Amino acid sequence: MQKLLTWIDDRFPLTALWESQWGKYVAPKNFNFWYYFGSLAAFTLVIQIVTGIFLTMNYKPDAAKAFESVEYIMRDVSWGWLIRYMHSTGASMFFIVVYLHMFRGLLYGSYRKPRELTWIFGCLIYLCLMAEAFFGYLLPWGQMSYWGAQVIVNLFSAVPIIGEDLGVWIRGDYTISDITLNRFFAFHVVAVPLVLIGLIAAHLMALHETGSNNPDGIEIKKQPKDPATGLPLDGIYSHPYYTVKDIVGVVAFLAVFSAIMFFVPDMGGYFLEANNFIPADPLKTPEHIAPVWYFTPYYAMLRAVPSFLGSQFWGVLVMGAAVVIFFALPWLDRGAVKSIRYRGSKYKTWLAIFVVSFLILGYLGVVPITVWGQFPEGWPVLGGADRATVVARVLTVTYFLFFVLMPWYTARDQTKPVPERVTG
Amino acid sequence: MLAVVMVALAGALSGAALASGGADVRMEPAQVNRLDLASAQRGARTFVNYCLNCHTAKYMRYNRLTDLGLTDAQIRDNLMFAGEKTGDTMTVAMRPSDAKAWFGVPPPDLTVEARVRGAQWLYNYFLAFYKDDTAPSGWNNLVFPNVAMPHVLQHLSGTNQLVTKEFKTHEEAQAAALATKGVVVLGPGKDHTYVVETIVQDTPGELSPVEYQRVVADLVNFLDYMAEPAKNQRTRIGLVVLLYLVVLFFLAYWMKREYWKDVH
Repeated sequence: MQKLLTWIDDRFPLTALWESQWGKYVAPKNFNFWYYFGSLAAFTLVIQIVTGIFLTMNYKPDAAKAFESVEYIMRDVSWGWLIRYMHSTGASMFFIVVYLHMFRGLLYGSYRKPRELTWIFGCLIYLCLMAEAFFGYLLPWGQMSYWGAQVIVNLFSAVPIIGEDLGVWIRGDYTISDITLNRFFAFHVVAVPLVLIGLIAAHLMALHETGSNNPDGIEIKKQPKDPATGLPLDGIYSHPYYTVKDIVGVVAFLAVFSAIMFFVPDMGGYFLEANNFIPADPLKTPEHIAPVWYFTPYYAMLRAVPSFLGSQFWGVLVMGAAVVIFFALPWLDRGAVKSIRYRGSKYKTWLAIFVVSFLILGYLGVVPITVWGQFPEGWPVLGGADRATVVARVLTVTYFLFFVLMPWYTARDQTKPVPERVTG
Repeated sequence: MLAVVMVALAGALSGAALASGGADVRMEPAQVNRLDLASAQRGARTFVNYCLNCHTAKYMRYNRLTDLGLTDAQIRDNLMFAGEKTGDTMTVAMRPSDAKAWFGVPPPDLTVEARVRGAQWLYNYFLAFYKDDTAPSGWNNLVFPNVAMPHVLQHLSGTNQLVTKEFKTHEEAQAAALATKGVVVLGPGKDHTYVVETIVQDTPGELSPVEYQRVVADLVNFLDYMAEPAKNQRTRIGLVVLLYLVVLFFLAYWMKREYWKDVH
C-alpha cells in the first residue's frame, strides 16, 4: 500500500494535496455550532449531485413529457419517490445551510482581511446556487414551475431598451416553452454544476491558504508555536479532530433531513408547492404566484418597489443590488474587531435589524400583499395602502442600511479588547 | 418526537398561508385514515364507478392497487370494465376536446388532485353540492363556487338547497357561522352586510347523511392514497431510518469525545 502511494506521489501530489487541504490543515480548536454548516453545505451538494444523476436517468426534458416523467419517477421507478424527495428536500436544505453558513460569516467577521477572496468565492457560489435552483424549479413542469419562470424571466424583460430581446434570448421563445425547458435542463444538470464545483474548490483553497477564522476572530497563525507540536497554540489538525466532529454534525443534519423527507416532504407547501402538482398550463395564470421560500426576501423587495417613470425596472435593480451588495462586505466593515463577541452595541443592533428584516421580508414574499389589510382611508400618505407593502418598503430600506451605514457604525462602535488566546 | 414537531410546524405554516383569502370558508375535518386499507378499497370502487368516466388518473396503474391488499384478479374482476390490462394506467375513452365542449373545461386528471387540493378540501367539496338552476349543470358548490362538475353522487346523497342569511355586523355573522354545522361560507354581502351560506338537505338520497359521509371519506382516502402511493411505505421506512440515525448519533458523538480528550 505504502509503495503504491509513493508511486503515485512521485507522479501526482496526492499526499501533498490531502495534507494541505485537510489532513494536516491546522484549524482553530474553538469552532462552535455555527461551524458545522460549511461541511454540511458540501455534504448537501453531494446529495444533490448523486440524486440528480439518478433523477436524470428517468426524467424527460420535454414539455409534453416532463410532468408525466416526474410522476413516473414518483410511482413506477424503484425507490424513485425517495430519490426525488431527497433532491427536493435537499434543495431547500441547501439554502437553509447556506444561509446559516453566511450568517456565521456575519457573526464572526469571517469575510474580513485576509479572507476577502474566500468570501467573494462564497458570494459567487450563492449566486450560482440561486441560478441552479431557478433552472431546476422549471423542470417538474407544474404550474408554479411555469409561472415562476415566467415571472423571473419577465424581470429581465423589464430592463430598459434591450429588455424584450433579452427575454426572448433567455427563453429562446416568446413564452416559456419546450425550448426553454430544454435549455434550463442543460443549465441545471451540466453548466451550473460545473461552475459551482469549480467555485467550491476555489472557496476551499482560498480558505486553506489563509486559515480559518473562529468565534473569537483571533488569527491563530500569528500566535507563538507550541514547542512540542509545532502548531499555533490554539491550532489543531482538522484530521482527525474536525473529521470526527463534522461526522456528528452530518448525522444530526441527516436526522432533521430525514424527519422532513419521510414525514413532511412538502413541508406544508414550502418545499413542494401544491400548485406544482397541476401540469403547466400556459393559458391559465395561477391566482397567487410566489417563488419557493428561499427567494422570497428578494421577491418581497421586488414587489415593494413602486414603478417609477413607467418602468418596473427599479424593483429588479433593488433585488439584484440586495444580493450583489454582499460582495462589498469586506470593505464596508471598518470595525476594530472581527467577532461579535467583542463588538459593541451598534453592530449588534444593526445585525439584529438586518436579520429581522430578512426574515419578515421572507414571510411577506410568500403571502399576497393584502395579507395584513389596508391602512384606513383618510390617513395622510398611507391611507388605503396595503400594510404589507408599506412594511416591506421599510424593511427593504433597513436591509440596505445595514450595509450602507456599516462603514460608519462599525468604525464608531465601542469594541471590547480581543484576548490573546481563544476562549473555548 | 422530531417528526411530530415538524408536522405541527408544517401545519401551522400552511394554516397561516390559508388564512388570507377573500370569503371565509369553514370546513369540517376530513375523516380519513390512510392506514385504513379497507376504506381505500371501498374508495377505489367508488372512484372507478363514478369518477373514472369523465376524469382520468393517467399516471396511476391498476395493478398498483395491490398496495391496498388487492390481488390482480380482484382488481380485474371488480374494478376494470373495459378490457384493459392490469398494467395499464387509468384512462378514459372521452376525448379532451369533447369534454371541453360538454363541460366548458376538460375534467382534470385526478391522479395527484389530492396533493393539489388536500384531503380536507376534497372531503368538504363532495359534501357541499347544492341545486342551482342558474348553473349550466344545474349544480353549484359552496367550496368551489360555479364549479363545472355536476353532482355525480346525487342519487346517494340526495339534494341540498342553499340557505343564505344576511347579517349587519361581522360579529353576528361569525357567531351564526360558528353555530352551524357542516360547511359554512362567510362572505361580504350587499351594502356592507355579511352573508352566511350553508346547505340543507331537501330530498333524501339512497343513503343517510352519515352513510354518505362515509362513502365520501372512503373516496377521499383513496384519492389521497392515489396521489402518493408510496406514502405509507415512506413513513414506515422513515421511522426505521430515524431510529438508526439516533443510534448512529450517539456512536458518532462518543467517537468525537474520545478523540477530543487530548485537545485542551
